[in-house]
Amino acid sequence: MKGKVVTVTSGKGGVGKTTTTANLGMALASLGHKVVCIDSDIGLRNLDVVMGLENRIVYDLVDAVEGRCRLTQAMIRDKRFQTLFLIPAAQTRDKTAIAPSDMVKLCDSLRSEVDWIIVDSPAGIERGFRNAIAPADEILVVTNPEVASVRDADRIIGIVEAEEKGPAKLVINRINPSMVKHGDMLSAEDVVELLAVPLIGIVPEDEAVLISTNHGQPVVLNEKSRAGRAFLNLARRLQGEEVPWMDLDARGGFFNRLGKFITGGN
Amino acid sequence: MASFFEKLLGKKTSSANQAKERLHLVLIHDRTDLSPEDLQSMKDRLIQVISDYVKIDTNETEIQIKTDGREQTLIANIPLRNPRLNS
Repeated sequence: MKGKVVTVTSGKGGVGKTTTTANLGMALASLGHKVVCIDSDIGLRNLDVVMGLENRIVYDLVDAVEGRCRLTQAMIRDKRFQTLFLIPAAQTRDKTAIAPSDMVKLCDSLRSEVDWIIVDSPAGIERGFRNAIAPADEILVVTNPEVASVRDADRIIGIVEAEEKGPAKLVINRINPSMVKHGDMLSAEDVVELLAVPLIGIVPEDEAVLISTNHGQPVVLNEKSRAGRAFLNLARRLQGEEVPWMDLDARGGFFNRLGKFITGGN
Repeated sequence: MASFFEKLLGKKTSSANQAKERLHLVLIHDRTDLSPEDLQSMKDRLIQVISDYVKIDTNETEIQIKTDGREQTLIANIPLRNPRLNS
């Protein structure tokens, strides 16, 4: 096995990095891959709660780096998928507890064990972010269709380019199709035009994300949820499949369908 | 950019279009590490230097940063005046 390292980052906080990491990891595992998700946000651990694995933590990333445990001991097996693991962040340390070279070393030893290593990056462009991108073969930049996160995404994309790890691939999260339709939200096309990097995922705003996260169940497990399906599509694109873009306008409402029928749209 | 007809009809630019236009400018400044003031002073000095050598039509002069993908290019369009006509 020659595992691939994918880092999920964003610049701005709160755009959905951790949600994307958890769902991507779970989706890849559901597609039959062996996957490790790493929470590299040392001091602000939260991938564990999003994945619903917070009660199983014994060792963490810093323990593994500093040799207090074997790497496999820091890998928590998921409850639902036998081939999905989490290496949690340390909660009582800070970003300087590890260096970019530690992340490279750690991920290199994981490559022979698994197919995918998904690294959840902290917000910002400092040490934690540098740690997260150091081992990456591919970098996903998550953004929301609003000015602040798009601007920060552009900064990140520039740094990734300068580090010769580009082009970063774009995940547009929390898009609201009806707001886009009314001209009150940047469309996916607008964001792609501004940032000028390849798009790999568009995830619609969906209440199901919060609800399923409340249960500790990433939304990708919910086949009825549009966001869940969007994350699964993202995983399939990552493994090299050509997946058509979801029709975000298909709200499924009776009047919507009627309107489409009358205007002859499809 | 709001279309010609939208402007003609006095239609308000949508908030999404405003966001896009603002971001377009902000990203140019971020990527070039050039503030709007510095960009203006660079333009002024360019025009100054060029007019030391040739007569130029300052009203028709256009200097701007164009974006193509993630690349920025400084484009200058500076019509030269015929010195014999104006002297």
